[in-house]
Formats: sequence, structure tokens, C-alpha cells
Amino acid sequence: MPTDPDVLVHARGLVKRFGDFTAVDGIDVDVHRGEAFGFLGPNGAGKSSTMRMVGCVSPPTAGTLRLLGLDPRTHGAQIRARLGVVPQEDNLDVELTVRENLHVYARYFGMPRALVRERTEQLLDFVQLTERADDKVDPLSGGMKRRLTIARALVNDPELLLLDEPTTGLDPQARHVVWDRLYRLKQRGVTLVLTTHYMDEAEQLCDRLVVMDGGRFAAEGSPRELIERWSTREVLELRFPPGEVAAYASKIGDRLPATSERLEELPDRLLVYAQDGDAALEDVLARGITPVSSLVRRSSLEDVFLRLTGRQLID
Amino acid sequence: MTTLAAPQAALPTPVMEPAWLRWRAVYAHMWRTYTHTWRGTIYSKVLEPVLFLAAMGVGLGSLVNSHHHGGLQGLSYLDFVAPGLVAASGMQTASFEATWPVLGQIKWHRTYFGMLAGPLTVSDIVTGQLAWITTSIATSTGVYLAAAAAFGAVHSWLALVAFPAAVLTGLAFAAPVAAFAATAQNDTTFSMFYRFGVVPLFLFSGTFFPISQLPRWMQYVAYATPLWHGVALTRDLILGQLRALDDVGHLAYLVGLTVLGVVLARRTFARRLVT
Repeated sequence: MPTDPDVLVHARGLVKRFGDFTAVDGIDVDVHRGEAFGFLGPNGAGKSSTMRMVGCVSPPTAGTLRLLGLDPRTHGAQIRARLGVVPQEDNLDVELTVRENLHVYARYFGMPRALVRERTEQLLDFVQLTERADDKVDPLSGGMKRRLTIARALVNDPELLLLDEPTTGLDPQARHVVWDRLYRLKQRGVTLVLTTHYMDEAEQLCDRLVVMDGGRFAAEGSPRELIERWSTREVLELRFPPGEVAAYASKIGDRLPATSERLEELPDRLLVYAQDGDAALEDVLARGITPVSSLVRRSSLEDVFLRLTGRQLID
Repeated sequence: MTTLAAPQAALPTPVMEPAWLRWRAVYAHMWRTYTHTWRGTIYSKVLEPVLFLAAMGVGLGSLVNSHHHGGLQGLSYLDFVAPGLVAASGMQTASFEATWPVLGQIKWHRTYFGMLAGPLTVSDIVTGQLAWITTSIATSTGVYLAAAAAFGAVHSWLALVAFPAAVLTGLAFAAPVAAFAATAQNDTTFSMFYRFGVVPLFLFSGTFFPISQLPRWMQYVAYATPLWHGVALTRDLILGQLRALDDVGHLAYLVGLTVLGVVLARRTFARRLVT
């Protein structure tokens, strides 16, 4: 059992089953104070089940779980009082105004009225909703609702902020606003634990992440470490007419192009993992193979995920 | 650009004690929501008692009284039916407030999940929700009782005690019905419950006529249902005709059903919210 007060989340052999279905299949994780930690994985990987256990609203089936050094089975409410939770689906009170949503929520924590008022105004300012403070929640945009949910989760000045797919369903601009706010929280030293199925989100926000698939961790590390370990520096994407990718894959696969390490065949294109993408492309063209189009890019977490699970990480 | 300062004052102790402070926060949330929605409910709450008392008590009553010398059990029909309607209004309000809003806060608005993400417990949510439903029952039965008094159907100061009795009648419904609502997958079961549960009870629990008019076997069914006990107790109090042993029995039944409902609701809410 950890006595280190800076380990906020400590799990060993953590399991969650629903009947015959195993959602989380024995994971080990430590999240340290001040860290931004991410669970990356496709839908059904066990991310949300993990988050619900960490949020003390879902008892583990087996294994050890300690949050802020406490046992959620005996100290659930005490732990939850020090957490902030941004759930996957907004559960704001749509009948209430933006400000009232924060007020009623703050009362759950027994905060004195003066402090609630002060905190509410600070938070509305922080999530850029001061001008909408007296409007009802219902007509707000998805991005605004998300920001309000984040503000509500911060009302008790939590030590640990849990975010379950914080930007799923938002348009790109709204996502960037949310990322910016979360980045500021991180700068302030708030510990973030988030789930996502967006690689760019994980790369932007997470100091450390795990790739989750089928209830287990497939890999763990910083985004850069994961890319270095599981992918090459660059990727050459070759697009071929539909139905011809397989033929080209075996043709190119017979002798890998210069600096390449492996191929990945997708329905519409071929990925060539290479240290030097341009050199690989030249080699391919020199063999008289002419793709419909080609692109050389840096490796991303998407490639790591593809390598580890054999699947693309799209929702 | 905005930065978020740490709060000026230290935050208070994590979990509020004693428990009533916690469920009061749940209640406060519902009260706050009601301040935005009360206008839509107020007309039916006032209009319904007036319409029912006028139509049944006065209209139908004139027919009953003229064909039935001395009315029912020596009462005018208005005096007989008004206490029944007061108690039945407790049931009506309870069976709405404990169904759609409960499932809504689980399924559509997910409000309970927001509450549970903080330091509140499932018990706090159940208690706060039932406390709020009790408030709603109290306004309905209170308005009904006031209307009955205005129609001249209240004859005893014991009617002041009839008010909590009618509220208890509603709560004895609300608690087990909320427990049931928390297990529902969708609201079609609520329409069934209303059609085949609430409406027959409303009609055959001694509200409109004494259950001695019913076939023998149906009387036994009536004895088992909460509304009959609620109607009988409320009627005895409003008329100022207490029957000590019977009324203690009615009270015990209603309290017992409420307690059972709370115990069940804690279980079904937990099963739905903590998975």
C-alpha cells in the first residue's frame, strides 16, 4: 500500500466485471500529483469503467484501489469531496441558469455562501461564461455546456480532476478552447486524469498515458516514448485505387523500401513505417510503382495504436 | 487572460455532517429547479380541487342526498367525498412526482449522477428526493383541504391533523413507487402503473362511496391498499369522528409502507446509480 502522499491514484490488479463481461481486466497504475495522465483507447476498451471506479461510483470487482491514499469502499464520500468529475455525458441542470448550476452544486460540498459566490464568479470567468451567467443552460452550445461542466467540477477546488472524453462531440474550435482551459489547470498544478479516443488530445494534454484495449494496458509511457518505442520516426502513406491495396502491399512487402521497418495495410492506403519517409518514397517510385497519391508525415499515437492493437483509433 | 486563483478561504471539511445537511442540499437543488417551473403546475393544483368538489360534492352530491335520506353514514355527500378527495390527491401527486422525475434524473438529465460525483451518498439522494416529493404532496393536499373548507366540508379542528395524515398517505405511495421507478427502463411502465394501479385505487378505495358497497372479495383487496387506509384516516380526522383502534391501524399501515419504501428505494437507487 502506498504511503506516498503524492500518489493520488494507486491501482493494482484492478478488475471490473459486469456479469460475464470483463470491462477492466487487471490493470496496475499510479498517478502522481501534478501529472496529466491519459487513458487512450477505442470505445469499449474499459476507459469509462476505469474512470467510474476512480470516481468512487463503481465498486471494483477485484484488486486494490487507493485514491488520495484512501479506500473507496470505506471512504467514498470523503474521496469524492476532493475530486472533480467531468462525465462523458453532461448532467447539468438544464432548467437552471448557468450561475445557478454552480450554486446548487457548491452546496453539496457545504461551502459557505460568500465563498460560493466568489468561487462561482471566478469559475465563470475562467471558462468564459460570465456573459451567459443568467441564461438557461438548455440553449447553450455543446462547447459552452462542456465548459460549464468543467467549471462545476472545479467548484470544490479539487486535487484530482477526472475527465471522461472531455471533447467528444465538440467542433474543432470548441475543442481548442477546452484544451486551453485544461492546459491552464495543469499549469496550476491540478492533477488531471482523462480518457480520450483522440490522439491529438492525448498528445496535447498528457504527460503520460496508457493505451488501453480489451480492458488491459497495451503500452504505457509519455506520448514521445510511446512513439519512439512502437513506431518509426516517419510514416509514408501511399494511396492506391480501392481493391488494389493488398496487391501493392505484397509487392512492396517482398522487399521493404529503404529505411523502412514494416508495412501496415488499411482499406484505402498502405502505411510504410520508415526512419526516412522521403527515401522510402523514392525507392518505391524507382521500382515503377505509382500510387494515386503519397504523403510523408511524422509518426503519431495513431500509429502506436495501430501497431499495438491492429486497429485504427477512430470512433 | 483569466487565471484561476485558489479560493481565498480554506474549503470546509469534505463531507457535511450530520446527514440532514447533505440531503438538504439535494432538496435545495430541487427547490431551485421548482422556482423555474412552478407556473406550469399551479393552475392544475388549484383548479382540480375546485372542479372535483363542485362536480362530485355539490353536483353529484345533490342527486345522492335527494335519493338517500340523511346521505351516506348520516353525512351529506360533500362531507363524505371531500376528505376522500383530499387523501386521494396525496396519492395522485405522489404517483406523478415519484415516477417521471425520478427516472428523468436517472436517465434523461442524469442529475443524480452529478450529485453522486460529489460527497453525497445514495441515501442522501433518496431522502432529499422524498423530502421534495413530500413538499409537493403537501402543497396539493393543502390546497385541496383549503378548497374543501371553502366548500364548507370541514367540520372539526382535527382537520389540521388530517393535513399531515393526507401527506402521509401520499408519502406511503411515493416511497415504494420511487423505488419501483428507479428500476424502470423507460416510462411506458408508468402509464401502465397509472392506468391499472392509480386509477382503480382512486375509484374503489372508499373515496367516492363506502367500500361496503363493493362485493366481499373486493373489500378485502381494498383493505390491503394504502389509499383505503389513507382515505379512512383522513376522513375520520376531517369529520372529527375518531375510531381509536382503526385509526391507529391506518397510521401504522401508512408509516410501515413508507419505511418499507425508503428501504427499498435505497436499494434500487444504489443498484441503478452505483454500478
